[in-house]
Amino acid sequence: MTAVQSVPAKSGAAGAAVFPDSDSRKYRYFEPRSKRATHYEDVTVDVQPDPERYLLQDWIISFPNGKGAYTKDNTAALSSNWHTFRAPDQEWERTHYQRQSKIETMVQSVIANGRKSGAPKGFDKAWVKILQNHLGAWKHAEFGLGTSLMQAQRYGYTQMINNATLTNSSYKLRLAQDITLYLAEIGMDIPGFDDMAGKRAWLEDKGWQGTREAIESIMGSADYLEQYFATNIVFEPLVGELFRSGFLMQAGSPNGDFITPAVISAAEADYERNLANTIDLMHLLVSDNQHAAHNKKLFQGWVNKHVALAGKAAAGLQPIWSQPHSKPVQYADVRAQSVERIKKILGELGLVLPKE
Amino acid sequence: MSGTLTLNKITAQRGISVGDAAKKIADLGWNPSYVQEAMTFPTDYKIAKAPKDPMKQVLRSYFPMQEEKDNRVYGALDAALRGDMFRNVEPRWVEWMKLFLAIIPFPEISAARSMAMVGRLAPGEDLRTGFTMQMVDEFRHSTIQMNLKKWYMENYIDPAGFDITEEAFGKCYATTIGRQFGEGFITGDAITSANVYLTVVAETAFTNTLFVAMPSEAARNGDYALPTVFLSVQSDESRHIGNGHSMLMSMLKEPENHLLLERDMRYAFWQNHAIVDAAIGTFIEYGTTNRDKTKESYAEMWHRWIFEDYYRTYMLPLEKYGIKIHHDDVQTAWKRLTEKHYVHKVAQFFAVGWSANFWRIEAQTDKDFEWFEHKYPGWYAQFGDFWKWYEKLSHRGQTNILFNSDVGYVYPHRCWSCLVPCLIREDMVTGEIDGKLYTFAHELDRWTAVEAFAGEYQGRPTPAMGRFSGRREWESVYHNVDIADAIKDLGFVRTDGKTLVAQPHLRFDDKEMWTLDDVRGHILKSPLLTLREMSPTDREKHLAEYRKGFTINPCN
Repeated sequence: MTAVQSVPAKSGAAGAAVFPDSDSRKYRYFEPRSKRATHYEDVTVDVQPDPERYLLQDWIISFPNGKGAYTKDNTAALSSNWHTFRAPDQEWERTHYQRQSKIETMVQSVIANGRKSGAPKGFDKAWVKILQNHLGAWKHAEFGLGTSLMQAQRYGYTQMINNATLTNSSYKLRLAQDITLYLAEIGMDIPGFDDMAGKRAWLEDKGWQGTREAIESIMGSADYLEQYFATNIVFEPLVGELFRSGFLMQAGSPNGDFITPAVISAAEADYERNLANTIDLMHLLVSDNQHAAHNKKLFQGWVNKHVALAGKAAAGLQPIWSQPHSKPVQYADVRAQSVERIKKILGELGLVLPKE
Repeated sequence: MSGTLTLNKITAQRGISVGDAAKKIADLGWNPSYVQEAMTFPTDYKIAKAPKDPMKQVLRSYFPMQEEKDNRVYGALDAALRGDMFRNVEPRWVEWMKLFLAIIPFPEISAARSMAMVGRLAPGEDLRTGFTMQMVDEFRHSTIQMNLKKWYMENYIDPAGFDITEEAFGKCYATTIGRQFGEGFITGDAITSANVYLTVVAETAFTNTLFVAMPSEAARNGDYALPTVFLSVQSDESRHIGNGHSMLMSMLKEPENHLLLERDMRYAFWQNHAIVDAAIGTFIEYGTTNRDKTKESYAEMWHRWIFEDYYRTYMLPLEKYGIKIHHDDVQTAWKRLTEKHYVHKVAQFFAVGWSANFWRIEAQTDKDFEWFEHKYPGWYAQFGDFWKWYEKLSHRGQTNILFNSDVGYVYPHRCWSCLVPCLIREDMVTGEIDGKLYTFAHELDRWTAVEAFAGEYQGRPTPAMGRFSGRREWESVYHNVDIADAIKDLGFVRTDGKTLVAQPHLRFDDKEMWTLDDVRGHILKSPLLTLREMSPTDREKHLAEYRKGFTINPCN
């Protein structure tokens, strides 16, 4: 017999032996938002390290200016604890693919069935022009927001912020592609459909230049949080929802088109999630126990800047509402709704809509 | 019956071709005229030619494909539990997963972030969908790996180490190597990091050892979960390799990029070798209990994946575009893996430092010795006694092997470049950066830190290039600190406040488990700070001794 007798466990399964921490079956390095950590928190929190938490040796590679991989000054906003944020949509890879895949399946089924029944040929002629020129132009707006958010997801200070931005980018880029392929497909069923007209409108039509300027202003910002804020807090309610829900989804079927509203509908559900994520993050910042006043002032500046651009964009699009034969909605009504919508959103953050 | 009627014929409708779809999607981009995009990702490369997307990718087919892959992965994890996988899994293997899975989610998510960088720098939008897919893929990899780790934590006999994983990642002397890898994807020159280091070298060459070779070994150890997850991860890599190659081809068009490409291929190949081979080589060779002599060793796999596949068919053809390829570097890496026993020296180093780890390391035994000698002739003479010592000193009451002078091991200097210590003693060199002395594992590591990561390269200004920074030598953080206090500070103590997370054995019995009191009384020293404190004469003498190496004393 040896002095120390060891009995090797016969099984590698939980519970096969009892010893210190043999029952420690939860990640114990972060505080969950609620009593128990959610699956999203478990797979997300602290994957992006921070010298103020566990990065013992600090960042070990730096940019030539001495800054490490992630720094707080990639945005002008300040936080006493960037790690507090948890995305309300709780998105991680599995839920993201499930949702995106379902949308793609739905969109493709709707398009295939619509085409099978010959629906595009029954679209009102004026409506076809609208799809060709204006939905065709809109896809570039969605694409611009997608690329802008793709840029932004590099810069946030925590994994939670960057992953929420990443999924937002993914949703936008999917929508841009969905619209592109949808138009290409119905274009095959509609004689004379000009697939290139949308991009021409985007680049050249006077009515679209305000939208393009608003989008390029978001794309051109070097502050990742401004990009996220301007997209979801300002542009989406004032222009995105206005055009998608306030026009395409309501005017489609009166003009013989039941496909477009379905293709676009997914975007509205995407936005609800992205808006919830954005409001939650911004709310934390405007109620920060140290930096609330600074952030509020900063955000109000962003509101002023992007509301002016979005207002110009919306005004530029106004003539589109009078182009279909059947006009179930008036621009003034939906514009009033979108103003109400943004007021509510800004109200949540203690911000005000600037006077036009 | 001829001319049969099928459902497909009835329902088929004209669609657009994949090529046409990809072309239309690539036309979504435009050159902004109201506000220019800020060039926030610095690079010294010139990229004028828009990279092409040979894979013609669209998101419409991507998301359902990925969902299906996920369904298979999660279904397999459920099946593994129903099949009682953990009853038969080899704990020796799963323990190393505490280290591996602490490291890998960060490099993965860094790769997602780096897609922003190449997406912005690449002219045109042909490859945008490829970058988008890779961004979402990497988000997939990072969170699916975190999920796998959680799954091990919930079902494996000893969850300690898994339960502190991301905290441990930020602190451990071993994970520092993984941080060098992950930070390398997102910091410094955007093309150097996001294209050459990440995609052209790490993904194209080394994911084969990471995500193909390792899963094979996992399966041999009763772990069906890791292969399921990682082979699914690897199935995304071919797209990433395509992205990297396409971008590389665009850069090759500009002759003024050639010098930078030569530099970056050299740096990236060498550092991937130093880091990935250190970690994955150790997991595969030392984490296994399977000693089937007919299976390939890590070195043999390396020869197949890296030497034959990557070097011969990917790197070499770059010469015809005018890029100088450093053939000697590949040969040197191969010699390090074979003649110089690089992986074995890394495993030995991890074992020596077991008490400051957050996973268990079991001693190698006679059965292992025979296999090692068969695959790596000369192994036993160099490492046999060490592992006997390790087994002997694995019991409480013995002096921690890190401080046990009977063994004969000499704690190594840390390489300032790859952060793996200078384990091949005769190759160790020193160098200066801004007048300060540093140690390097090899001349190529010195070249990397001193010449490549600098503001000028061979007379050419390289203002975008990154710098090595931070407290890179882990040991200097705990210079002159008692090991017990260091372990406590690291948080590598179980919740009873005394038992170490790490253990030098797989005995799941509290009487056998080392506590802070068992290791207290020994002081950690930083080899670098100690070296700097020496007089020039003493330093030269010390370095000469160091390069001679050490001999492990016989263990009876």
